[in-house]
Amino acid sequence: MNARYRFKSANPDAEAWALIFAAWLIASIATLGALFLGEVMGVPPCNLCWYQRIFMFPLMLILPLGLFPFDRRMIRYAMVLAGPGWLIALFHQLLALGVIPESIKPCMPGIPCSETTLRWFGFVTIPTLSLAAFSVLLSLFAIALFRTRT
Amino acid sequence: MKQKTLFILSLTLLLLAFIVGAVIYSSQKYRVNQQQTLANQEALIRMHSPSLGNQDATVVIVEFFDPACETCAAFYPRVKELMSANPGRIRLVLRYAPFHNGSDKVVAMLEGARRQGKFWPALESLLASQAEWSPHHTPQPALAWKRLEALGLNSEQLMVDMTRPEIANLIAQDLADARSLSVTMTPEYFVNGRPLPSFGFEQLTQLVKDELQKTRK
Repeated sequence: MNARYRFKSANPDAEAWALIFAAWLIASIATLGALFLGEVMGVPPCNLCWYQRIFMFPLMLILPLGLFPFDRRMIRYAMVLAGPGWLIALFHQLLALGVIPESIKPCMPGIPCSETTLRWFGFVTIPTLSLAAFSVLLSLFAIALFRTRT
Repeated sequence: MKQKTLFILSLTLLLLAFIVGAVIYSSQKYRVNQQQTLANQEALIRMHSPSLGNQDATVVIVEFFDPACETCAAFYPRVKELMSANPGRIRLVLRYAPFHNGSDKVVAMLEGARRQGKFWPALESLLASQAEWSPHHTPQPALAWKRLEALGLNSEQLMVDMTRPEIANLIAQDLADARSLSVTMTPEYFVNGRPLPSFGFEQLTQLVKDELQKTRK
C-alpha cells in the first residue's frame, strides 16, 4: 500500500497522461474503424450505431485537448461522453444477443439493429467491439481520475 | 516534447492506415466485382430487358436503375446525350433495381406502359417528374399513376397488366441478377460487360470511349 502510494505520488500526471493517451488511441481506432465500416465497406449504420457514434467520435477530437497541456479535468468531460455511450453499447449488445426482445428495439425500419452484419472468430460483432471499446475507455478514465486524485 | 512526437506519430499512422486500408479495400472489391461480372455475364442482359438504340451497336451500356432514384434521373439525360453524340453505336439496356420501398409498383406501371408501346415516354415522364411523385425518397405510386394517365394510356388495361405475374417475375429476375452482379446501389452501369472502376459520369464516359476506340480498329 505504501509502495503504491509512493509510486502514485512520484509522477501521477505522467501516468494519467499515458492512460488518457491510450484512451485516445482506442477512441481513434474506434472512430476510424466505424468510418471504415460505414464509408469504405458500405455497411449502413443502424439507429443505435449512430447514437454510439455520437458519443465516440468527439472523444478522438477532445481528448488531445486534455493531453496538451495535461488537464485532469478533461477526464470528467470525457466520462460524460463515454458513460452514455457505454450504456447504449450495452443495450445494443443485449439486443444483438437476443436478451432484449425484438419488440422493444427503437430501430428505424430498414436497418435492424439486431441484424449481425459482421462476425469475427465466431463471437466478435460490431456491437461487441463498441461495448469493449467503451468499457476500456471508462476503465481508463476511472483509473486516471483515481490516480490523479489530490 | 516527447509526448507531442508520440501523439503526432500515432495520429499520422492511424490516418495512414485508414487511407491505405481504404485504397486496398476498394481496389480488391473492384477486382472481385470484375470477376463476378465476368462469371455472371448471362445475368447482364435478359430477353425481357427494355433496350434503346441500334440493336447491333458496338457498345452496350447495361444500366441497373430505380425509377425513384435521384441520381438515376440525373444521369438519364446525360446517357442519352452520350448516345446521340455517337449515333447508332451505343445501345442502352435497362434493368430494374427497385431498392426504394414502393418502387416495384412504379416499375410494374412502366412494364404496363410498355405493353401499350409507351415505355420510353412513360419512363422519361416519370424521371422528369420524380420530385413530384417521390417526395423525400418515398415513391407514391398513386402520384406516379397520375403522371402516366396524362400520357394517354389505357388506364384500365394498365391496371390489369400491372398485376400480371409475368411482371412480378421479371422484377424478381432483375433483382436476382442485381444480387449476383453485386449491384447494391443505383444507378450501376456495365459497359460491354465491364463495371465502372468507380462511380461517376466521367468514368462512364471514359469506359464508353475506350470501348468505342477498341471497336474502331
